[in-house]
Amino acid sequence: MREMIVSELTQAAQELVRGFARFLPRLIVLVIIAFVGWVIAYLLKLVVRSILRLIKFDRLSENAGASQLLAKAALPSSSELVSRLVFWVAWLGFILLGVSALGILGLQEQIAHFFLFLPRLFVALFIMFFGLLAASFFSRAALLAAVNSNLPSPRLLSIAIRAIIIVFALSMVLEVLGIAEETMLVAFGIAFGAIMLGLAIAFGTGGKELAQRFLERRFAPRHEDKENEDELSPL
Amino acid sequence: MTEASTQERSPALRTEVKLSEETLLTDEFLRQLISVGEIDILVGLPTHNNAKTVGPVVSAIQNGILRWFPRERAAILNADAGSRDGTPEVVVSASIDDVQRRDFNRAALRTLHSISHQYGNSMAPGTALRTIMAAAELLRARACAVISPESTTLQPENLQALLRPVYRDDFDLVLPTYARHKFDGLLITNLLYPMTRAVYGLRIREPYASDFAFSDRLGSQFLAQTPWNDDGVRAGCEVRFAMAAIAGGFRISQAFLGTKPHVERHAPDLVPALRQTIGALFASMEPNFALWSAKTGSQPIPTNGAEQQFTLEPLRVNRKRLHEGFRTGVAELESVFQSILSPNTLVELQQVARLEEEDFHYPADLWVKTVYEFAAAHHKAVISRDHIIQALASLFRGRAFTFLVENRNSSASEVENHVENLCLEFERLKPYLLEIWDGGK
Repeated sequence: MREMIVSELTQAAQELVRGFARFLPRLIVLVIIAFVGWVIAYLLKLVVRSILRLIKFDRLSENAGASQLLAKAALPSSSELVSRLVFWVAWLGFILLGVSALGILGLQEQIAHFFLFLPRLFVALFIMFFGLLAASFFSRAALLAAVNSNLPSPRLLSIAIRAIIIVFALSMVLEVLGIAEETMLVAFGIAFGAIMLGLAIAFGTGGKELAQRFLERRFAPRHEDKENEDELSPL
Repeated sequence: MTEASTQERSPALRTEVKLSEETLLTDEFLRQLISVGEIDILVGLPTHNNAKTVGPVVSAIQNGILRWFPRERAAILNADAGSRDGTPEVVVSASIDDVQRRDFNRAALRTLHSISHQYGNSMAPGTALRTIMAAAELLRARACAVISPESTTLQPENLQALLRPVYRDDFDLVLPTYARHKFDGLLITNLLYPMTRAVYGLRIREPYASDFAFSDRLGSQFLAQTPWNDDGVRAGCEVRFAMAAIAGGFRISQAFLGTKPHVERHAPDLVPALRQTIGALFASMEPNFALWSAKTGSQPIPTNGAEQQFTLEPLRVNRKRLHEGFRTGVAELESVFQSILSPNTLVELQQVARLEEEDFHYPADLWVKTVYEFAAAHHKAVISRDHIIQALASLFRGRAFTFLVENRNSSASEVENHVENLCLEFERLKPYLLEIWDGGK
């Protein structure tokens, strides 16, 4: 009995040692891949950071309004954030590559999913960045045009344009990421339709007089001006 | 380009195939130019629905050529933007015989050709100027004048004043000076003239000229070196042309052309006017930094007649609108100004904006600093360059308000003193521009 127990234990220990011996090289491979990956990811981070500084990415980001958001959240500058993201994504990719080398069943499928997800993640980030850039550009253009045309509530107009473009970009991002695609599509459709309907009703009823004044100012005042004042030419 | 039309060209014109291939000069237009042959003087007339005013202008041009350049080979070229009121017909059909019978008792020594070419279907001053320059180059004209179809007060002597320095005295560019109302052309007196003078060191009163003359040398160089496909270049081509002449070291003079006509049409909007003038000036500073950064003070340039005259008849001006425009701009555009202006300048502007109408004063030094910071921001492209130009509009309204109040009861000489003092302020603060040009705000 005793001998049987000893024998089983010895066998189990030998199995464990053999298993460990089989696993150890894979673990070493994982460590090596992780280390090499760290070096490559770090170099990649330096390269990306240099490129972003060269193309003045921080200024672009400032124009897009992203820098202000990051500052409010006490995060580093955009170029630093993007280069860190590249570092972590690259290193994580290498680590997962190493993990797949361990040959653990089930894990490999999840890792494959992760690698398939990466392009979509980058596309989503790209869309979000340029969405913010477009929102900033068009809202500023609307603000300037409204102020120079002496339209009422220029800032409100500018904020509305920014919000619409950001919501549009966000819905595209979520669609690319595959997060609640249908829900987002329906929600966006409802929200956008509601805003437009609301604006139409508001302008048609509440803003009747405002619209009248606007149209009068736009098309009629020239006769008034001629009667009451001289027009100065800037040139 | 058809083979037949190429064969028809004179040997002199055959070498210039490159331009015609760019579709700027159509076959029909080339035929007209070939029938004119080589000339000494070309007068360009860019038009767009100017039938009401162009008749007297053409008559004055014909009169001026007959009187002052009777022996020279000359032509009038109308570059039209697709007028629908018969403007080209008015130009081409204007008979020189009427001018001869009325003003001269002798026949002309040479034929004065009048040709018209439609370069497009909408007003494009840059394309019109390019067409005139290309035609002048093809016809080998030694001197070319560009006259505005709205220059209804143009006298035959004015044509001589513009063309003679180029044709006889070897100048390359002759720009106009005018008698203007003291409140007319505020953008020129308060910004374009003082800043051009301070930056380039030359006292050019009208860098944005609608009547001017240039030599074949300058015309050919500008034609060859200008990126004409750039929309921004085409928008402010008059100012760019003047800046190119300065940068190229060409000989520049001025000629007094009398009263600037006040045409019965609405004044151009401020923002397009800023784009055409200040946008072009800011853009010219970038490639010419080495030239202007070394200049201090300013030099007068040869001027035939008065440098500037101000008329003083009373005007009914809505100052309140200017004041409100400034206040609204400073309040609503704060986020935009934060990208362009230094914190100190922005704070000072906000203090000025808090002043009531009767106490309002936008000091000259603050105005100059504001403009220089805009120029530096434009150079660094801190935001869209067009947005920077647009943002200047509301601040200019504040400065215009101050100028109107300061000069409400001023005589012509007092107005001139105020303009001169502003120019000196621009010159005094030029080191500040150099400091912020590539440095921080």
